[in-house]
Amino acid sequence: MSKSHKPTLAVYKFASCDGCQLSLLDCEDELLAIAGAVEIAYFAEARRQMLDGPYDITLVEGSVTTDEELERIREVRRQSRFLVAIGACAVAGGIQALRNWTDVNDYIDVVYARPEYIDTLDRSRPISDFVPVDFELRGCPISKSQLLELITALLIGRKPRVPAHSVCLSCKRQGTVCLMVAQGVPCLGPATQAGCGAICPAYNRGCYGCFGPHEALNPVSLGERFIELGQNRDQVARAFRSYNGYHPAFQAATRHFSEE
Amino acid sequence: MSNKRINVDYLTRVEGEGALRIEIVEDRVGDVQLNIFEPPRFFEGFLRGRGYQETVDIVARICGICPVAYQMSAAHALEKALGITPPPDVRSLRRLLYLGEWIESHGLHVYMLHAPDFVGHESGISMAGDPELRPLIERGLRMKKIGNQLMTVIGGREIHPVSVCAGGFYRAPRPVELLALIAELAWGLEAAVETVRWASTLDYPNFEMAYDFVSISHPDEYPVNEGRLISSSGLDITMEEYEEHFVEEHVAHSNALHSRHAGPNGSYFVGPLARVNLNFEKLSPRARAVADEIGFAPPVNNPFKSLIARGLELVHSFEESLAIIADYREPRPSRAPEPAELRPGRGAHVTEAPRGMLYHRYEVDAGGLIDAAKIVAPTSQNLKRMEDDLWSFVPGVLSRSLEEATLSCEQLVRSYDPCISCATHFLKLEIVRP
Repeated sequence: MSKSHKPTLAVYKFASCDGCQLSLLDCEDELLAIAGAVEIAYFAEARRQMLDGPYDITLVEGSVTTDEELERIREVRRQSRFLVAIGACAVAGGIQALRNWTDVNDYIDVVYARPEYIDTLDRSRPISDFVPVDFELRGCPISKSQLLELITALLIGRKPRVPAHSVCLSCKRQGTVCLMVAQGVPCLGPATQAGCGAICPAYNRGCYGCFGPHEALNPVSLGERFIELGQNRDQVARAFRSYNGYHPAFQAATRHFSEE
Repeated sequence: MSNKRINVDYLTRVEGEGALRIEIVEDRVGDVQLNIFEPPRFFEGFLRGRGYQETVDIVARICGICPVAYQMSAAHALEKALGITPPPDVRSLRRLLYLGEWIESHGLHVYMLHAPDFVGHESGISMAGDPELRPLIERGLRMKKIGNQLMTVIGGREIHPVSVCAGGFYRAPRPVELLALIAELAWGLEAAVETVRWASTLDYPNFEMAYDFVSISHPDEYPVNEGRLISSSGLDITMEEYEEHFVEEHVAHSNALHSRHAGPNGSYFVGPLARVNLNFEKLSPRARAVADEIGFAPPVNNPFKSLIARGLELVHSFEESLAIIADYREPRPSRAPEPAELRPGRGAHVTEAPRGMLYHRYEVDAGGLIDAAKIVAPTSQNLKRMEDDLWSFVPGVLSRSLEEATLSCEQLVRSYDPCISCATHFLKLEIVRP
């Protein structure tokens, strides 16, 4: 039973680096206000108290990679009114989905001396493969401002405003000169959803796709341009196969450039 | 009353997923297991075949709390493998970025994760609800924020920064961007000194062990990115010799590998307490002065006092950050050119993550792709030490209630600031009682 009538918030972790839930603790100026506006009922990284569900808002970080996680996400869904997948692992399987193209047993042999102690599924998969997800926050890691927008919107009962355009538009708005046009640097920005603040081009490097594909991308055309700029097909395939590589749109792009 | 079990099914206020199980049989400790159920993610497996510059970005994703540590160990190891020499001014900028991560991580741990154990609260969030304790949490959050600001200016963002590469930085900050941080850093330095004074007033369990502390040591500076590996038992080796002296083993109750000395007495201790004990005279002047003021004289063998060591490193980090910025010259170019001709190579390097030594070793092929990778996280190295501590610590708390005994064991584990996400390649506390 909740101690108060405030809405309850839960934060759950699956296979991940902890970075997206850390984003909540990294809202140093807003954290105590959030803790005042909602009952943080379950957040193992931050507090020992664990209140039982159901929860009004549940943030889920990480991908599903074990049988235990598969059972747990179903229970978390049952306990959650509004379930939000946060970050590339929860939304698209994350960097650990790179295993999805190999025999995971090969990896177990590489990392662990006693493979028989390890229990793992053959693939790292997004939350939405197993339970209905009410909203997704992209990114590796997520954006703090999008996280605050999400919590605020849910508390006042409106839809969160999260841009669906490409990183290119963010560069134009910020006045960042296009690296690909000006310097011939391969950049995934034209295929990648905005939200990070177009940091990489502002730091003099090509976007590497942390926020995954935006809704109207043309990855084959972009990849062909990378090849004109001097990359080989394997480099292009690898560019799409990273933090959001298991997202269907990036998977298709990788497949295209992996084949002869 | 003779057979008991302490179970913590889900360790809280640590990074990642673990549990603690302790069995007491006939009033003696029968078994201690830090059970790491954080799922394995197989980084060393899928790094094979990736480009060396991709690797610097990918390994950051092992840990959202200490991504800079992973980037630093990787960048240095890959530079060795490929024969890349970064421009000279890159060195101090890398240190500054790393100190930003120490400030963020230590600020979080001291105030939000560890302090609640000492003041009888379940979390920093509940501490903030107590008018007497709220100023502590506000101070901790502001300090932590300054660390994040440093990382954001240099790295583009605090979690998984984008500017680090083998060879230097894709972009180095202009001096004015760093100068803008000076007022907050100066406030942070005073707040860190106050943190140490406050930490010295806490009630520490009376528990000491004969530890073998291990850290980097450098003749001229507090250990961060460069130096030799030394220990309180007299080890003095190069970073390349790491694997000859430390081995990892895989135990049944854990998805993390445990590290130990190759010798018979296995466990060793890495992290802030090890660094402070082994490098006390390299701490900044204000850090040494406040250590003297509170009577902190190395070697300190009480693991709970890691909290004070983190405080001292906060003082050091703020003070050295101010010094680096005062002397800052923007590296031009900000990075070495990519090697004109790639050759197969092997490189190993250790840097000091907030939680202790982080070892990376890579073999790179003639196309610049990773052939083999080995990564040993600080928490893997401390796991065996934590279990060994519990064997000795638990008999002293058996007379207490189950709840109190459990809390004390958790407090001990948290002293090490375990990062389970890192160690999984790693934790469950159960003390087993009837």
